[in-house]
Amino acid sequence: MLGARILLESLKCSGVEVIFGYPGGQVLPIFDQLYDFDIKFILTRHEQGAAHAADGYSRATGKVGVCLATSGPGATNLVTGIANAYMDSIPMVAITGQVGTHLIGNDAFQEADVTGITRPITKHNFLVKDVKDLARVISEAFYIASSGRPGPVLIDIPVDVQRAETEFIWPEKVNLRSYKPTYSGHPGQIKKAAKLISVAKKPVIYAGGGIITSDAYVELKVLAEKIQAPVTTTFMGLGGFCGTHKLFLGMLGMHGTAYANHAIMEADLIIAVGARFDDRVTGRLDNFAPGAKVIHIDIDPSSISKNVRVDIPIVGDAKNILKELTGQIKRLPDTISWLKTIEGWKKKYPLTYKHNGSMIKPQYILEQLWKLTKGDAIICTEVGQSQMWACQWYKYLTPRTWISSGGLGTMGFGFPAAIGAKLGCPEKEVFNIAGDGSIQMNIQELATCVANKINVKVLIFNNGFLGMVRQWQELFYKKRYSYTPITSPDFVKLAQSYGALGLRVTKKSEVAKALKKAMQANNTVFVDFRIEPEENVWPMVPAGQAINKMIEGLA
Amino acid sequence: MRHTISVLVENKFGVLARIAGLFSARGYNIASLAVSETQDPTISYMTIVVEAQDEKILEQINKQLNKLIDVITVTDFTKKDHVDRELILLKIGYTIKDKQRLEDLFKKYVGKIIQVKGDTAIVEAVGDQAQIKQLLEVLSEFGIKELVRTGRLAITN
Ligand SMILES: Cc1ncc(C[n+]2csc(CCOP(=O)(O)OP(=O)(O)O)c2C)c(N)n1
Repeated sequence: MLGARILLESLKCSGVEVIFGYPGGQVLPIFDQLYDFDIKFILTRHEQGAAHAADGYSRATGKVGVCLATSGPGATNLVTGIANAYMDSIPMVAITGQVGTHLIGNDAFQEADVTGITRPITKHNFLVKDVKDLARVISEAFYIASSGRPGPVLIDIPVDVQRAETEFIWPEKVNLRSYKPTYSGHPGQIKKAAKLISVAKKPVIYAGGGIITSDAYVELKVLAEKIQAPVTTTFMGLGGFCGTHKLFLGMLGMHGTAYANHAIMEADLIIAVGARFDDRVTGRLDNFAPGAKVIHIDIDPSSISKNVRVDIPIVGDAKNILKELTGQIKRLPDTISWLKTIEGWKKKYPLTYKHNGSMIKPQYILEQLWKLTKGDAIICTEVGQSQMWACQWYKYLTPRTWISSGGLGTMGFGFPAAIGAKLGCPEKEVFNIAGDGSIQMNIQELATCVANKINVKVLIFNNGFLGMVRQWQELFYKKRYSYTPITSPDFVKLAQSYGALGLRVTKKSEVAKALKKAMQANNTVFVDFRIEPEENVWPMVPAGQAINKMIEGLA
Repeated sequence: MRHTISVLVENKFGVLARIAGLFSARGYNIASLAVSETQDPTISYMTIVVEAQDEKILEQINKQLNKLIDVITVTDFTKKDHVDRELILLKIGYTIKDKQRLEDLFKKYVGKIIQVKGDTAIVEAVGDQAQIKQLLEVLSEFGIKELVRTGRLAITN
């Protein structure tokens, strides 16, 4: 069988239903096979879009996303998307064509050292030099991408390998002597953690993206309810705990809720699950949760004690460990007065904003969106203020309803990610919350949407600024708005010219109507909301400060 | 402080780049690095001497190395009984009257004169950290014109 065919058969054996990609000279044999092969292929309008779409598909479904590009510029266009998936531990397989093996290293036309370039931004990568290795490499790539702490894996395939022939043998099992992720937690450590929980007075559960990866939503809920501990999630953990639950504190950190941050700072026990104490969460490290003992559950040993000193590390899969741990807790901690204190903070420091006549406040759009969808939708975002408002003002009830670029903070992610999410979950309404800056970074994917009838609804929070950067300039650079005012095309006409529906909303009173119209439309929709231009995201912890040193714009 | 660690890796294309890349990306300093095949040709053995200010960094280096798919095991020799050696080759200033002194020296240290050409001798020596350090101090009296070293090799005992 031809190498190119082996690739496709192997993808099929790995359960792949859709590939996002773009053709070129060094993947011609693969595209020739795709022509009549039974796998859906989505032609994006840019390889970056393909990578983000594969990523969004993966976040929405939990399956491994797949993207495909040609050598050289095709491959380098994937780089941002691969780095994005890497930072957020998203399972993805990226396939790139490469110049013929005899030309590698010759500065051949469209040659780039793609395994070299992507080494620090992939969980692993392969250059396949012999067609006999191809099937095995693909099976290993899928196994590595989806097991342990997931991540992107790249397979670089020279064009002569795609054209070479060998027998197709799909390996039934992957066996890598050097890679054996730990899934079950150490029983002794779990026992110790259970004891610590029993005597805690002010416990807080701090849950991250690991809850979603390990499918531990139920186990987390059971633990929290059993020990009556409040739960805060990271940005990546949104949806890992029900957003309307009375134990929920919202997100913590730089733009987290004041009550989540106060709870962390006052806690005597932090139960961290599948979270990595990122600097956007901890703020000033030596001041983070000063009075707390820390239990840290994570599948990646290198996440433990990297930033914050941990008292009880437990390496393994969150789902397994949470179940074990909950079972081990014999005596329940008394948290009644702790929960009262937290209720007090919730009343004293609620998330708020001020209305301003008929002006559209971004928070208001999200409140209306919540009212209309009640959480039954997938919310993707771009990066910036609009993204932070989406964290704060919409409630995520279940895992995989929140899709956003966390670790890398990639503008241009949301729209293609929404395409991937919609393909993975066609029955769900999929929104992309976008700034007017970010949406222009991958706006070409409108063509992909319309051509494939992928009906995502893009809500543009148009403030005429690169808002988040402008906010920092306002607060820390004396309002010198250096290159942050940004112009845009007429989004309504632009959408129309692509064959999508464009709507413009300039008054608060029209917001709900427009959202309804967008939801009813059997088309891709761009809604251009003209929002308050200089609205800020509050509260905010300035970078490098302790997380209870929040600035509150309204106070 | 310097620490010696060994890393068993799959003997595959690009592995050295992965290890080196990890150190540079995370800002760890490599003082020396020695790599070669083992008795099993599918496995390579690396001895790496790293500069790490504290335990925490050493622990991270260990964990990050373990995270690489091609890394089979990582051994930190800091708290382990082990034997370490380094081979050095030098060109030193030489006259015939230095001969006896060098020969005496190599009764105390493992080494020998390999070649003499005009006013220069090439010598080799093997030893652990302390021995090599002492020997280099003595040899510096002859005038060291060139020095190459393998970097440390270490093995547990
Ligand atoms: C690819 C990329 N380039 C630059 C940045 C830096 N950056 C972060 S937020 C932001 C402004 C985003 O503006 P916009 O999309 O209009 O959203 P807003 O903040 O106004 O809601 C910029 C430039 C980034 N995160 N990603």
